[in-house]
Amino acid sequence: MRLNYPSNVKIVNVPCTGRVDILHLLKAVEDGADGVYVAGCLEGDCHYLSGNLKAKKRVAYVKKVLEEIGLEPERAEMYNLSAAQGTRFAEIAREFTERIRELGPSPVGSGAKSGAEAA
Amino acid sequence: MVVGESKPIEEILAMVADFDKILLTGCKGCVTVCNAGGQKEVGILASALKIARKKEGREIQIDEVTLERQCDPEYIDQLEEPINNNSYDAVVSMACSVGPQYIAARYEDLLVFPALNTTFIGGSLEHGVWAEFCQACGACGIHNFGALCPIARCAKSLLNGPCGGSSGGKCEISPETDCVWHLIYDRMNRLGQLDKMANVVMFKDWTTSRDGGPRKIVREDLKQ
Repeated sequence: MRLNYPSNVKIVNVPCTGRVDILHLLKAVEDGADGVYVAGCLEGDCHYLSGNLKAKKRVAYVKKVLEEIGLEPERAEMYNLSAAQGTRFAEIAREFTERIRELGPSPVGSGAKSGAEAA
Repeated sequence: MVVGESKPIEEILAMVADFDKILLTGCKGCVTVCNAGGQKEVGILASALKIARKKEGREIQIDEVTLERQCDPEYIDQLEEPINNNSYDAVVSMACSVGPQYIAARYEDLLVFPALNTTFIGGSLEHGVWAEFCQACGACGIHNFGALCPIARCAKSLLNGPCGGSSGGKCEISPETDCVWHLIYDRMNRLGQLDKMANVVMFKDWTTSRDGGPRKIVREDLKQ
């Protein structure tokens, strides 16, 4: 489809979002990412049944931690889309980048970076 | 197991506000099982504290170590290497409150802080849910109550329940709390022991509990 998405989004591939840990997301923020999102399969469509639902709960936990330490919880997000939705993937990348741009650089970061985890 | 939960990060941040280099210690015992203070939780707390301090523009160095247990002096030995080779401003323990007390006893000149609230002796109901099952009264009598503990699981610790607050199998303190006396009745009924419930249980001797002061067990056969 040759779709474009913002080049600031760095993708970390995982076999299933169920592998994404709270610590992975926090480390992204700790190491200077302005935001981090998880792109998992559609709910109900997980090959491993509940990987994306586990990821959703972990993202919610990370949001809570960010809020507790005075960072905007919106810097972490969970998205659900199927592997066939390339257009939606690019759209999410643009949408999240725009959200982070509005929030401004992370007070933690040393440079403007943004992270994503996808499965 | 001893069940604990993390203190609010804000409270822990205030504890370490004056420090730039700390040792964060986990425990591979009970608090690992209840997902409160094991290796994983140590990593998460360390990361959260580092993010918070970076945000303030004052980075903190946090070294992480998770001991086999923090409630045995021989395992506190595992702290010798990191503590002797580093000048930590403080040690933060993610064990139950026994851990920080053991560390403080070993290192007289070191500041020690607890990162957990030690909550109760209990078990898991399902993954991520824990409940209190024992109050460590020191004189177990659950066999008189269908193997269910009214001391820990009845809001009033009644020995001759239930009270008028039992409704539909739930306790008046919360619709989510089972009335243990309802459970005791059901179980003793199933066991054919309802007649035993007619017996009046006399008041409990609490001297084996905390009322007798801090407790200690000495096993001469094991002692060296």
